[in-house]
Amino acid sequence: MTKSTQTTGPAAPKLRLGGGDGWGYAPAPESTDHVELRGRYGLFIDGEFVDAKGGRTFETANPATEEKIADVALASDADVDAAVAAARRAYDEVWSQLAPRERGKYVYRIARVLQERSRELAITESLDGGKPIRESRDVDIPLAAAHFFYYAGWADKLDYAFPGRDARPLGVAGQVIPWNFPLLMAAWKIAPAIAAGNTVVLKPAETTPLTALKLAEIIRDAGVPPGVVNIVTGAGETGAAVVQHEDVDKVAFTGSTEVGKLIRRALAGSGKHYTLELGGKAANLVFEDAAVDQAVEGIVNGIFFNQGHVCCAGSRLLVQESVAEEVISKLKDRMETLIVGDPLDKNTDIGAINSRAQLDKIEEYLEIGEAEGAEPFQTSCPVPERGYWCRPTLFLRASQSHRVVQEEIFGPVLAVQTFRTVDEGIAMANNTPYGLSGGVWSDKGAKAFRVTSRIRAGVLWANTYNKFDPTAPFGGYKESGIGREGGLAGLHAYLQPEAAA
Amino acid sequence: MQSSTATASFESPPIDTVGVEERVARLCSRSIKKDAKLQALHLTLSMIDLTTLEGADSEGKVRQLCAKALQLHAALPDLPHVAAVCVYPALVGVAKRTLKGSGINVASVATSFPAGQAPVEIKLLEVRRAVEAGADEVDMVISRGRFLAGDFAYTADEIASVKEACGDAHLKVILETGELGTLDAVRRASDLAMRSGADFIKTSTGKIKPAATMPVVLVMLEAIRDHYLRTGEKIGMKPAGGISTAKDAIRHLVMVRETLGQDWLDPDLYRFGASSLANDVLRQIVKQGSGIYQSFDDFSM
Amino acid sequence: MSERRPAAASHRLPVLKTHKVYVGGKFPRSESGRFDRTLAPDGTPIANICRCSRKDVRDAVTAARAAQAGWAARTAYNRGQVLYRIAEMLEGRSGQFGALLAAGGATPDEAAAEVQAATDRLLHYAGWTDKFQQVFSSVNPVATSHFNFSILEPMGVVGVLAPESPLLGLVSSIAPAIAGGNTTVVLVTGSQPLPATTFGEVLNSSDVPGGVVNILTGRRDEMLAPLAAHRDVDALLLCSPDPDVARSAEIEAVHNLKRVAVRPHEDWTDVQSPYEITDLQEVKTTWHPIGS
Repeated sequence: MTKSTQTTGPAAPKLRLGGGDGWGYAPAPESTDHVELRGRYGLFIDGEFVDAKGGRTFETANPATEEKIADVALASDADVDAAVAAARRAYDEVWSQLAPRERGKYVYRIARVLQERSRELAITESLDGGKPIRESRDVDIPLAAAHFFYYAGWADKLDYAFPGRDARPLGVAGQVIPWNFPLLMAAWKIAPAIAAGNTVVLKPAETTPLTALKLAEIIRDAGVPPGVVNIVTGAGETGAAVVQHEDVDKVAFTGSTEVGKLIRRALAGSGKHYTLELGGKAANLVFEDAAVDQAVEGIVNGIFFNQGHVCCAGSRLLVQESVAEEVISKLKDRMETLIVGDPLDKNTDIGAINSRAQLDKIEEYLEIGEAEGAEPFQTSCPVPERGYWCRPTLFLRASQSHRVVQEEIFGPVLAVQTFRTVDEGIAMANNTPYGLSGGVWSDKGAKAFRVTSRIRAGVLWANTYNKFDPTAPFGGYKESGIGREGGLAGLHAYLQPEAAA
Repeated sequence: MQSSTATASFESPPIDTVGVEERVARLCSRSIKKDAKLQALHLTLSMIDLTTLEGADSEGKVRQLCAKALQLHAALPDLPHVAAVCVYPALVGVAKRTLKGSGINVASVATSFPAGQAPVEIKLLEVRRAVEAGADEVDMVISRGRFLAGDFAYTADEIASVKEACGDAHLKVILETGELGTLDAVRRASDLAMRSGADFIKTSTGKIKPAATMPVVLVMLEAIRDHYLRTGEKIGMKPAGGISTAKDAIRHLVMVRETLGQDWLDPDLYRFGASSLANDVLRQIVKQGSGIYQSFDDFSM
Repeated sequence: MSERRPAAASHRLPVLKTHKVYVGGKFPRSESGRFDRTLAPDGTPIANICRCSRKDVRDAVTAARAAQAGWAARTAYNRGQVLYRIAEMLEGRSGQFGALLAAGGATPDEAAAEVQAATDRLLHYAGWTDKFQQVFSSVNPVATSHFNFSILEPMGVVGVLAPESPLLGLVSSIAPAIAGGNTTVVLVTGSQPLPATTFGEVLNSSDVPGGVVNILTGRRDEMLAPLAAHRDVDALLLCSPDPDVARSAEIEAVHNLKRVAVRPHEDWTDVQSPYEITDLQEVKTTWHPIGS
């Protein structure tokens, strides 16, 4: 045992992190024995699984292996019509007639069965979407259940939610969700809607329909009356049919700003209610008085959580110049410990990119960033041969004028910039058409709250990042969306408060 | 006392407790299986400071502990030996004689362990006596009262003096983190100890709870890492107290691997201060081989 | 004041007022130099008003943006005092506004009642400035060790298409917007613009910082589209019963996803609630660890 001092000249001390020689982790794959997946899935309309009219289907595949998992029914306009009609009937004849307390009980049941089947759902989510099992198991599925649990309790308390107002449901909600948090987004949409007394037609994303269809089974098994929840699978056209359907009273969409604007335009003048959760390009600001190690952890969690497929990802790192070198150096070290690979391995930190199309988009941005003059850094971790993968990536010395700073990449790619003063940091953070979220790292409470109050965004994480909770409203300013999901504000989005009699 | 550290800085970076706890939770989610587990179990054994620190300790008790150190489990002859046996100064001699030629070090607590509430001269005398008796390593306690009162210079000077008294013996500095109250204080004490001559920093005496909690150890590992990156000097780490299962130990190794890297996965730079950990590790090693869960009575005390 | 008949020798000739717009705390004319004639119900010309252009809209948005951060940064207590001051000034000019409304066709009783209602409405929202946050913000009991709260923040610059209701409607649309810290660009396109131009004078003498309320007169089809499309406007309050007006403005608003609130009311008597404020507020959720 000797205190060893570096004696080999000026070479900087270096940590031997990550793979290579020495002690490593053996594969620790989650067993899939427990999970039953069918080869073919139908639409869930009026309480039953049915084939699409005309029998069209599409394939859903595992992005980690590129292998097909199942054929899924492709809903046409006629199928969407049938789903909306079922929802309308269920609203008029059953759901709006039910005592609120009983409505709540159904929603509680859904929450409970989600908990009971959580392992199966987590595995399915990782198989279908590519996210690491650690996240689907510890984040997506528990939060989905918690969301149902939270809103279930609101069902018989709506009179207390909005002072001076009688809260009435809107009717039929048409909902379209993305592929990054398939079950969680379904929960965010369905739970408040049905707890508040609406019925729904939900369209899951084309690449990740399976957990929503398992949720349909759960809803059926929970005894929820037919038609209260309908799930139609398909691609963009099916989604368009849902949100543009004449007999839908409320539209809820989570997805890109581009599509969000199309939907908003289509809704102009209709008087229909809507919530839009769209893109983001959030700044994560690290000040010189930050707790650096926790900040680095927050940066990693901010951009590499769910492969960076997160609308509120902290995809722009803004570091105060005086600590930039230390922060970036520690960030690189931390990134070396990230494991990219099999989503089902319990040690995987970064799973598969959700689809070939998304990987192409990310790779295009990797080329753009380099061409623009930003300095790329990628870790050395090995990636599997088959499947869609992207190593955690930094673009150092990025500039406000670069596309990799301005545009949402939706991958594990972080643009790094520096700032000098608090005001400059805030100005850079706000210099974007987006306004979904932001992060602030400072050990000085007064500064943290000053900065969070001046960033124009709907969710601000001070000394933390990417935290979610059913009680906490979530949603964007500016072009990141309109309306909130979660909490009391999320309940408001499914009610029509009328002046109390 | 030489005031060699009078001009040293006592600045340390701030620590966010919740962030540390989240990082620990994430590290704990690592799943260590099969060969990786077996390798970790062997590594753990080689890092153990087999310890007895009781008022009732006798030569007989220490000889028994040393025998265990020399032969952890007769049925598994290829096991590594533990790193050291850790005893009170009065029992260093018997431990040294029993372990002679084995390659196992003798460590002695000193400086009026565990409270450290004695005059400095007495503490230094105790250190010298332990070293004279053959201690290869000295585990000192810092003066927590002085530290918490803000007298960092005193605390630093005392460590430097003990280091001097150690001569060739290696110095482990016990922070007694269970008495420090915050992770900020743990970080400050870690930095202070390393700048004052510690070869190792150590969490606890084992007499105070909580002892080697994972958040505390993570903060100390990060302090060691930053010290290394700044100076090139590799300081060792010894969590002690509360690590009694193989599962706990493996989690610590994961934390070391992802914070300090491979270089610290070595008994020269990482130790577990523990009394019952070895047998749980042995149970797991036998179970990995046989597939059968083991009883504690299958292993010698 | 609308007396335009030649004065008899024994009469004093009244001094007529030039009605200008109110932008950035000043009273300019339209940059376009154009005007429209305002008529009494019987068709008699009463006054000339500015027929503002898209460039006037642009300038007004610039003024509103410049004023917004400062206005939002005022304490809620101070904003309440400023709104209260507007009410005081309006009360003091009740005769003038009564006459303006009467000239537009209201009976003296109706005119007086509307001025009183408008004054009381300002008072109502003056009182809300330091209360709506308490009623509508929340501390959220999240499941992790974090202090989590959601507060309301002003949307920013709000474009207001003022209603036909010349004073009560006008006040009912402006007051909740500014009570919550927004600044406004108000398009007055109805048949009775004179109460609005005169209300600008009330604002100007009421401690309202320049740019917080900007009042433009003119034609809806010339001003609404550029305002609704303007990327530096954060929200629209469309006070019009005509669904086509709302629809076309909503389509323009898509450029930067403006928040749009539609008020189709013709009778503004009951359009008063804290939800008029919260409809022009964003919800911001902030997380912070609880540790030591």
